[in-house]
Amino acid sequence: MRELLFATGEHLIIVALSMIVATLVGVGLGILSSWKKRFGTVIITVAEIVQTIPSLALLALLMIIFGLGNLTMGIALVLYALLPIIRNTQVALTELPPAIIDAARGMGMSRRQRLTQVEIPLAIPMIFGGIKVALVNSLSIAVMGVLIGSGGLGYIIYRGIQQRNMARILIGAIPVVVIALFFDWAMTKIEQRLSTHTT
Amino acid sequence: MKLITLFSSNWHPLLSSVGTHSMLVIISVGLGIIIAVPLGILLTRKSGAAPIVLAAASMVQTIPGLVMLGFALVLLGIGRKPALATLTVYSILPILQNTYTGISEVPFAYTDAAKGIGMTPMQVLFKVELPLAVAPIISGIRTSAVYIVSWATLAGMIGAGGLGDWIWTGLATYNTDYILLGAIPSALLALLFSASIALLERLLKPRGLRRIS
Repeated sequence: MRELLFATGEHLIIVALSMIVATLVGVGLGILSSWKKRFGTVIITVAEIVQTIPSLALLALLMIIFGLGNLTMGIALVLYALLPIIRNTQVALTELPPAIIDAARGMGMSRRQRLTQVEIPLAIPMIFGGIKVALVNSLSIAVMGVLIGSGGLGYIIYRGIQQRNMARILIGAIPVVVIALFFDWAMTKIEQRLSTHTT
Repeated sequence: MKLITLFSSNWHPLLSSVGTHSMLVIISVGLGIIIAVPLGILLTRKSGAAPIVLAAASMVQTIPGLVMLGFALVLLGIGRKPALATLTVYSILPILQNTYTGISEVPFAYTDAAKGIGMTPMQVLFKVELPLAVAPIISGIRTSAVYIVSWATLAGMIGAGGLGDWIWTGLATYNTDYILLGAIPSALLALLFSASIALLERLLKPRGLRRIS
């Protein structure tokens, strides 16, 4: 039981830290790509290609570069999480009603004020939606961390697989699925509330 | 340099792994299409069941691949059949979801007009709804195929064969060359599948719709 709690905690910490990094990088790149259209297409294409790479292959390749451990898993999670965050940020910022931007400009707001006081607040529900997709995926990808010497629930699951022990696999798997479904549900609720606030 | 010599001495088994891998993907996505497209159409006809079936399918999707393969290993044993069964289950959701939304988003005016000119329900389905829903359905198939290339490398764990074998061998013996020999082709294969299905999507789109979008 203690082992399970510890593994669950470790799993959540790895995912949470990766999501924080992915959000900072992803929103930043999303803002940049909404400003420079060509840069945006390049960045999103690259993120799409990264997303296409099979997870086992990406993990193995990253392991060659960064070695075994939690850091490598974190990098992989960040790479997989970037696409939904960048794309949602970019779409949200480029599809804002022109009238609102115009009004902000008309009030004499500088470009930075427009971004931080008008554009980003309005884009938040959609950015949040991107983070939700990334987070739910990451929870399940993080299980593979066991293969590259990172901690979390994958360890319990993998040991169960090696022992052909169904109960053990389930003990590790149920928390992953429950946590993923919980975040999916809770963040969908928050997302709905956010979007009623902004519209 | 060592990688190149290893590649040149191993290209034959590597090529056959690429073949096995593609076969795994084509069979399981093919089965996924056969199951998911009719099921998706059926769901649009019985709208009460749709939320339940879609919710169940997306719950299956949150189960990590490693866990799913673990189940298959314990319940069905080692080999290609358990691997194919797991991959097929995984391939269903994206196709199911896109078939359902694709068909239910066909504007009512079109199906109504089709009915009005005397089309039978089957004709409405095949001549109006499916052609209009082709783009989302194919993009579901594309998502599914990309996933399955990825899951198939994992399925090397339970004896599916394919490129996963190289990566697993490399991971088990900490041999980076083997990892690269498996990882690079599988990444390329995923991109290839994605690009060719995107091309297919463009070709299958009804001619009348191409000019609009």
